[in-house]
Amino acid sequence: MKNYETVFILNPVLSDDQAKDTVEKFVKVLTKAKAEVINVEKWGLKRMAYPIQNKSTGFYNLIEFATTSSDLVNTLETEFRRDESVMRFLTTVLDKHAIVYNARRRKGEFNRNKKQTTTRKEDVAA
Amino acid sequence: MTLMNEPIKRAEIKPKYCRFKKNGIKYIDYKDPDFLLKFINEQGKILPRRLTGTSWKFQNKVAQAVKRARHIAILPYLADSLK
Repeated sequence: MKNYETVFILNPVLSDDQAKDTVEKFVKVLTKAKAEVINVEKWGLKRMAYPIQNKSTGFYNLIEFATTSSDLVNTLETEFRRDESVMRFLTTVLDKHAIVYNARRRKGEFNRNKKQTTTRKEDVAA
Repeated sequence: MTLMNEPIKRAEIKPKYCRFKKNGIKYIDYKDPDFLLKFINEQGKILPRRLTGTSWKFQNKVAQAVKRARHIAILPYLADSLK
């Protein structure tokens, strides 16, 4: 069992509903492959440090999951490549320190970025 | 008058230390731009170990984190005046 974390940026042209649907689509890919989805975070529309595809903002999303299948990351990334609304993605393996760090992050122990905590509260309410 | 070397005030030279070892930080988050900003210069280049005092082990992790942050456009690849 390995834990992974993937961050991807969606096209800012999408409506909020479309962005939501796209995220759900990727979560479904994971659940279908019997991966355990630990955390889904929406950071919302964020300004990027440099333009990608001539766009200066993007919807940032984060999915944390655990799986035993070594092929799943490949299938997920193929899905990312197929979807034109995904501008950038990054999948990383989490080591033991990262898992501890992420667990603390989820609890909101690092409240440097207030935006993230508010979005998470909305998720809990919804 | 002959030229003399100025004596070095050794008390003023603070020994460098690795902040990760000292503070017990084990994981460097690539999603946190404010923290990573401490390890890059105005142009967005990664600062060398001899300036930050970071140990070899954590310098590699810092570099990895900065590169990841650049890929997802959290940090710029090149900049003019970051700070």
